[in-house]
Amino acid sequence: MSEEKFVITGSAKKKVITTLIVGVVLFVIGIIGVSTKAFTPEGGGHHASVAVQNNLVADHHEGHGEHAAETHTDAHASEGHGHAEAHASEGHGDAHASEGHGDAHGDHHGHAYSWTKRLFSNLWINNVFFTGLAIVCVFFLALQYLTWSGWSALLSRVMIAFGQYLPIAGILMLITYFVAGHDLFHWLDSDLFDPNSPKYDKIIAGKEMYLNPIFFIARMIGYFTLWTLLFILIRKQMKLEDENGGTLHHYKIVDFSGAFIVIFGISSSMCAWDWIMSIDTHWFSTMFGWYVFASWFVSGLSAITLATIYLKKAGYLKDVNENHLHDMGKFMFAFSIFWTYIWFSQFILIWYANIPEESIYFIERFFNNDNVYTPIVIMNLVINFLFPFLFLMTRDAKRQMTLLQVAAFGILIGHWFDFYLMIMPGTIGKHGGFDLGIFTLEAGLILIYASIFIGAVMYGLTKLNLVAENHPYLEESKHHHT
Amino acid sequence: MDLGKKYIVGVFDDDGVLLKGVKQVRSKGVNIEEVYTPFPVHHLEDALGYKRSRLPIVSFLFGITGTTLALILQISMMVVDWPMIIGGKPFFAYPDFVPVAFELSVLLAAYGMVGTFFVRSDLKPHAKPRIFDLRSTDDVHIMAIDLAANSLSEEEISVILKESGAVEVNNKEFED
Repeated sequence: MSEEKFVITGSAKKKVITTLIVGVVLFVIGIIGVSTKAFTPEGGGHHASVAVQNNLVADHHEGHGEHAAETHTDAHASEGHGHAEAHASEGHGDAHASEGHGDAHGDHHGHAYSWTKRLFSNLWINNVFFTGLAIVCVFFLALQYLTWSGWSALLSRVMIAFGQYLPIAGILMLITYFVAGHDLFHWLDSDLFDPNSPKYDKIIAGKEMYLNPIFFIARMIGYFTLWTLLFILIRKQMKLEDENGGTLHHYKIVDFSGAFIVIFGISSSMCAWDWIMSIDTHWFSTMFGWYVFASWFVSGLSAITLATIYLKKAGYLKDVNENHLHDMGKFMFAFSIFWTYIWFSQFILIWYANIPEESIYFIERFFNNDNVYTPIVIMNLVINFLFPFLFLMTRDAKRQMTLLQVAAFGILIGHWFDFYLMIMPGTIGKHGGFDLGIFTLEAGLILIYASIFIGAVMYGLTKLNLVAENHPYLEESKHHHT
Repeated sequence: MDLGKKYIVGVFDDDGVLLKGVKQVRSKGVNIEEVYTPFPVHHLEDALGYKRSRLPIVSFLFGITGTTLALILQISMMVVDWPMIIGGKPFFAYPDFVPVAFELSVLLAAYGMVGTFFVRSDLKPHAKPRIFDLRSTDDVHIMAIDLAANSLSEEEISVILKESGAVEVNNKEFED
């Protein structure tokens, strides 16, 4: 069975296009609903609580005022958490607090909230999430080559196919940045850097060397160019390997993988700062790059697993058996725990130190913003840690396709919400709660992006033989046994 | 297992032959007690018809024990017995307890698994290991067959072993 090639069948094409159409329809319904105010664009169901809080907060609509008031009103604070102290110290508005982070999210006091802002934030979440899926799959492939891994040789063509989305991701992200940048990134306001302006912000101005539009765009183009370039170089060598055989091309892929991993090691952290951490402009965490990478990585592993299972069910990849799936399942299991480890490490350091300009990040997500993010935080930990931890613990769950599919879908959805939690509180604050109208729009956008992504991956799969016939480790992979 | 003293030992010099041999010997109704190989041979445990190891369950139980112990330890010390204000945190500062609970779970799970494995493999202190052939740590695979656990005679088993690819068939007796 040599020369096995993936063919995009009519029904597969139809499914992707149907997903796209359903997505567009939902998106349009959402837009019509929200813009005609048929649905409440403010995040329905929260009006009551907003009113109550407005009463309590009275005129203190600045950041500190709200925190101080919450110290006395917030149910959590009265439980005597460590967070209560954090609120309190902010409330007294010592010099540090007031200049340090008082308005880490102050921009939504400045600009009026409109539903387009939420739409743009959603676009950004999808851009970042799907870009991550694509790049992490190429990273995983590079890792296999660099570590001389044999077991994964049969899956190498599935992994490389995900890179096909990278150029598309770059274009989509650049467009989104130019359309929506000002609604997403507080630091794009040039008044912040002007010492004579009333909006002058010493801390943000100090970051001008790094956070300025020209360097930002240059970096973004740089990441995508380098990633795509190495992806194309690796794939070209794979094609040559298919044609010529021999180990020369394998060694070349190993070299390119080494270069890729060095570049990715730096750029994955940097793009996490650029694309996500800079939304909360005042706030910083040295673990953030790892946190985003962990989230991407476990999602990417789930995506590879899903694609493999799809291909297997469609009759391809006959030599891939439950042993390979078992290893992918182990990776999903292990990196779900790794994600939790990183999440918790970031949390406990900030919680323990209790420095206001750091703890604001978790306060915004746990208590502030009318508690709209609290259920998502809990769901995030349940679906991204408890669910894969308990579900994938048994050997059978990792070896049966249907169970693995359930786990992979759960992880993908869970990590989409992880990115939701990273981005939304910084851009739209308390307007990030669940709302039917907005949800229609959001679901539509996810489907649109997913169909573009799946379409790109399918196209990527047709580019090479599905089985790397001349891969030096192919025999080892065929006899892989766990 | 301590009943049998007389063993027939088949010596195999190739892992492929050994795998086929194991299947063939078992299909003739011979009960193999154990196979010793100098390196892991894939699919051997399937060929021998071993049931799946219960070691993961042990690991889980020991892990849970570790978590419980760590939480009891920390709560009884830091909350009940000698409460102290540290960094302005409440006495029951549960995020602080997570790292210790995690580490103790891992520690107990690891030690528990290793200990259980040693006990189950008869590597406990003062246990006298049965060495069928010293070469099994070097270059040959050893198949140990307990005579008492088989209804076939010594000669019949020897013939089956030879037919299945054994390069040598030896006898081995243990005193205990």
